[in-house]
Amino acid sequence: MGMGRTPPVGLMRITCTVNGKQVSADDVWAGESLLYVLRERLGLFGSKNACEQGECGSCSVYLDGKLVCACLVLGGQAEGREIVTVEGIGSDGALHAVQEAFVEAGAVQCGFCTPGLIVAAHDLLNRIPEPSTVQIREALAGNICRCTGYAKIIDAVHLAARGLAQSR
Amino acid sequence: MEFLQPTTWTEALEMKAAHPEALPIAGGTDVMVEINFDRQRPAAVIDLTKVAELEEWGTENGMLRVGAGVTYSRIIEELGGRLPGLAMASRTVGSPQIRNRGTVGGNLGSASPAGDAHPPLLSSGALVELASASGSRRVPVREFFVGPKRNAMRNDELIAAFLVEPTRGPEQFSKVGTRNAMVIAVCSFAIALDVERKRVGTGIGSAGPTPLAAIDAEEFMAGVLDESGLWERPADVDPNAVARFGELVAAAARPIDDVRGTAAYRRHALAVLARRTFTWAWDERRRSA
Ligand SMILES: Cc1cc2nc3c(=O)[nH]c(=O)nc-3n(C[C@H](O)[C@H](O)[C@H](O)COP(=O)(O)OP(=O)(O)OC[C@H]3O[C@@H](n4cnc5c(N)ncnc54)[C@H](O)[C@@H]3O)c2cc1C
Repeated sequence: MGMGRTPPVGLMRITCTVNGKQVSADDVWAGESLLYVLRERLGLFGSKNACEQGECGSCSVYLDGKLVCACLVLGGQAEGREIVTVEGIGSDGALHAVQEAFVEAGAVQCGFCTPGLIVAAHDLLNRIPEPSTVQIREALAGNICRCTGYAKIIDAVHLAARGLAQSR
Repeated sequence: MEFLQPTTWTEALEMKAAHPEALPIAGGTDVMVEINFDRQRPAAVIDLTKVAELEEWGTENGMLRVGAGVTYSRIIEELGGRLPGLAMASRTVGSPQIRNRGTVGGNLGSASPAGDAHPPLLSSGALVELASASGSRRVPVREFFVGPKRNAMRNDELIAAFLVEPTRGPEQFSKVGTRNAMVIAVCSFAIALDVERKRVGTGIGSAGPTPLAAIDAEEFMAGVLDESGLWERPADVDPNAVARFGELVAAAARPIDDVRGTAAYRRHALAVLARRTFTWAWDERRRSA
């Protein structure tokens, strides 16, 4: 832990890369999750806080390139690691093809699960550029949506796969 | 709460010796739920994710030695051919997010009767390597689980690895739950046929205070295959013997009624899983012979 100053007992500073930029968070409590650090210390509210037990996938982020639930990563475990959140999926002013497809397919209703689904779908398409419906269901099994019934989400992933294939 | 972050295995063991009360954390998929819900407030945590040694695997005298920090995703990708039963069980764990982070070492650490890695480790006769600053020991997984969520690890020890022989015949794993993903097993069963040693290995999950092996069932089925010379010349196995195997597996379980299922249902389902997985494994044996 890089300690620039003497923090109160048990509090620490975390330095990591988030969406390509090196950032630090101070006064992090040792039991604090990466999700809390992202939202409450770094002001990145895209990753949603819902179940805090890895069941809903709303806080899905990349940690060193792997899809994980930020609520299940201890803040300190992110020290020196590379994190990409939903804010880092598109580029400035331009949505990523996965995001475009969610809008176009009407895969967004209340929107709370959407950021997690975007990151999980993005991860799937990185691994399997043209997934079958079964592969999509399997890959998104850890992301819960209570509005859509999933049909449009699955349509959106197929649509994104086609969009990405065309742009390659 | 104190946060300890060793970067080498030696350092991790020294820290555990100095802070025996400290809770190790690997993938955090069990530990973080406890902390988030305030069910545990350990005085200190030891983060093991910077210890590269725990993420390695290799062979040692014909056995695979797999570091405690190897995730389910890596078991599936890197060891699926050598540990097919464990890989099948790993595919049923949680979701991609959980498999990318959760480790077999963490499953052993939690020692839940429902832990999905346990039945295949039991059926293939794995060893758990425990280490402390003063040395290491290898405990057969069949002696590792000592009670509900309790294992044989001392509080100055950490789990270094598990050791298991690469597959010696067909292996299967099957799990009963309400969904194909994201479920804690209502009950589960693993089988491993050791064609070279003519042994049948079993493991039962979520149907007793600890994961269990069905020893009578193992001996019974190995005897049936032996007596009829079926190990050498695989042919149909008497359906009555397969049914008896199922009954013996069910009899070895010590299930309770809980929110996920009744004891009676678990016994019934285990007999079905045992018959099915044996049949799948035996069909594979016949095809490959
Ligand atoms: C949404 C969700 C779904 C899940 N689904 C399943 C499932 O389908 N099947 C299943 O079996 N489990 C499941 N789990 C539970 C969990 O993912 C597994 O038990 C996993 O194997 C834990 O590994 P971990 O590395 O995350 O462990 P941690 O949470 O980091 O640790 C778990 C325990 O092991 C100890 N520990 C970890 N590593 C070591 C070590 N090297 N030495 C000593 N002690 C150690 C810790 O102190 C702790 O007591 C699920 C969990 C969640 C949140």
